[in-house]
Amino acid sequence: MEAKTKDLWVFVETNEDGTAKNVGIELLTPGKMMAGKQGGALVAVVIGSNVDAAVKAASEHGADKVIVVDGPEYAHYTTDAYTIALCTLVEKYGPTSMLIGATNNGRDLGPRVSCRLHTGLTADCTALDVDEESGNVAWTRPAFGGNLMATILCPDHRPQIGTVRPGVFKKSDAGEAKAEIIKEDIHVDAADIRTQVLELIKEADGENVDLEGAEIIVSGGRGVGGPEGFEPVKALADALGATVGASRAAVDAGWIAHAHQVGQTGKTVGPKLYIACGISGAIQHVAGMSGSDCIVAINKDPEAPIFDIADYGVVGNLFEVLPVLTEEVKKARA
Amino acid sequence: MNMLVCVKQVPDTTEIKIDPVKNTLIREGVPSIVNPFDGYALEAAARIKDKDPSAKIVVLSMGPEQAKAALKECLAIAADKAYLVSDRAFGGSDTLATSYIISETIKKVEELEGKFDVIFCGKQAIDGDTAQVGPEIAEHLNYPQVTYGLEAEVDGDVIKVKKEVEEGVEVIAAKMPAVVTFTKPAWDPRYPTIKRKMAANRAEIPTLTAADLPTIDLTHAGLKGSPTKVKKTFVPQKKTGGVKIKEETAEDSAKKLFQLLSDASII
Repeated sequence: MEAKTKDLWVFVETNEDGTAKNVGIELLTPGKMMAGKQGGALVAVVIGSNVDAAVKAASEHGADKVIVVDGPEYAHYTTDAYTIALCTLVEKYGPTSMLIGATNNGRDLGPRVSCRLHTGLTADCTALDVDEESGNVAWTRPAFGGNLMATILCPDHRPQIGTVRPGVFKKSDAGEAKAEIIKEDIHVDAADIRTQVLELIKEADGENVDLEGAEIIVSGGRGVGGPEGFEPVKALADALGATVGASRAAVDAGWIAHAHQVGQTGKTVGPKLYIACGISGAIQHVAGMSGSDCIVAINKDPEAPIFDIADYGVVGNLFEVLPVLTEEVKKARA
Repeated sequence: MNMLVCVKQVPDTTEIKIDPVKNTLIREGVPSIVNPFDGYALEAAARIKDKDPSAKIVVLSMGPEQAKAALKECLAIAADKAYLVSDRAFGGSDTLATSYIISETIKKVEELEGKFDVIFCGKQAIDGDTAQVGPEIAEHLNYPQVTYGLEAEVDGDVIKVKKEVEEGVEVIAAKMPAVVTFTKPAWDPRYPTIKRKMAANRAEIPTLTAADLPTIDLTHAGLKGSPTKVKKTFVPQKKTGGVKIKEETAEDSAKKLFQLLSDASII
C-alpha cells in the first residue's frame, strides 16, 4: 500500500491490567528522532482493555497522537483480534513506518500484520536510524547468532515495519501529557478469533520469570555446577530484588527451567545490571544480554570471554564471592 | 492425522568463527545441520504419531539440492515422506517471499499427500533468527497460528498447544488446520535408529520447482519479490573489557565489587 502520511507509529503493547509494557514506551524515544527526520508525527497505537494507564504513559513520553482501540475482546492477546485491529488502523491512516516491541506477542503479531499488508518486516532490531540517501528506515539487527549485523531497508512498500528488542532504548523522562487522543471502535466477532486460551500454568515455584522487564538479573551458568549451585545465585537475586537468569548450559543440564534462559535460544534482556555467575560468555548467551547497561562477570577462569564484555569482572570462585556480596547488599539495604 | 513439518538446513552457528584479520564470517568448514527448532517441531509431530500410529508426517524444505541431507535426517528420525522445493527464481527471497513460496508449495504437496491438519515449524532458524516465516505461512494460508509451542496434542478437530509465555505456560486451543511454531522443550528430541537411517539413505526425495507450482506468482518470489533489502552487513564491534577485580581473597574481591557498584550508584 501507499503511505498516506509521513507519520511513524509505535505499537504500545499493554499488560492485562491496562498498563503499557516497557518496550512500547522505550520505542517512543527512537520514534521521536525518526519521526523528526521523516517529517511526520509520532503516533502511539494502544490496543487492549481498559488501557487508560497505557494511553497516559504514551502521551507523557512524547507521542504527538495516541490512537486507542479499547474493548473486551482485546483483554488477552490473540493473534487474530490484534491483527484485525492493527491492519484496520493501518489501512485507514496509512503510516509510513511502524515499530513493534520484539516481545513474544510482538513477534507473533508483526509477521501476521506485515504479511496481510504485503509489506516488509525486519525482526528483532537493535539499532534504528533513517537512511540519509533514501529517507527509508535503516533497520539494524543481529544474525548468525550475533556473529553478524545486517542493516535492512524496505524501499518500496509501506508501512515499513520492524520489531525492536526490549531494553535497547531508554524511556524518556515523563513530561506533560498533551497528545491528541483518537478513539477507534473496532469490534472483532468471537468467531473470527480462532484460538482460545484454556489455562495458564504458572511456574512451579509460583514466580513470574519476567526477564524482559527486569531491572536487575543475576544469572548462573555451567560454573554453578548443579541445581543446588543456584542457591547463592537466588540469594543474591532476592537481596537485590532481581530476577534469576541462566545460560543454556545450565538449562540443558536440567538445573533450572527454560523460562530462565537468557540468550539466542532463550530471552533477550536489557536490564540496568546483569550479573553473570559462572557463565563463560558464549556468543549465543552474549547475544541475549549484551544490551544490559552494566555487566558484572564472576568467573574463576580469567580467560573466560565473558570478561571481554563485562564492565566489572571478578576473577574468583562464585561460591566464595556471592555470599559476601549478598551480605554487603543486605547490610547496605538494612 | 496428516502433519507437515517445515525444516531448514542451516550452518551450525555455534561453529562460526570470525576472521580476525578481514573481520568477516568464516563459513568454510562450518557443518550444516537441521535447524534445531525445526527438530523440536519434528519431535512434537513424532509424539503425536506415537499416540496415533496411523498419523503421517511429511517434511518440506526450501533450499538448494544439498538440503536433501537435512530432509534425510528427518526421515531417519521420524518423517514418512520428504519434499524439497528449489528453484533459481527463489534465490534471495526474504521472509515474505519465502513464506509465500512455501505456502504455494504446501498447496501442491497437499494434492499428492492429502490436506494437512497441522503445519509445524521451528519458532525461528538459527541463521536468520527472524521467527517470521511460520506466522507468515499461516497468514498466506489463512490459518490460525500458535507460536512458542512446547508440545501439542490433538483433541477432536482442535490442536492443543502448550505455549511458553512470560508467566509460565499457557494451554491454547486452535481449530485445525493450524500452524504451530515450536521452541525448545524440556526434553531432547529422539535419535534416529540404524534401520531408519538406512531406509532414509535410500529414499528418493522429489524436488519441486517453480514449474510444478501452477498458481505461483513469481513477481512475489526471489529477490525481486522481497520487500526488504539488505543494505550492508558488518561484524559487530567487540566491547572492550572493563575493570578486572582480583584481590588476595574472594571476600576482598566481593567487597571491592560492592564498593565499585555502589560508588557508581548501580546498586
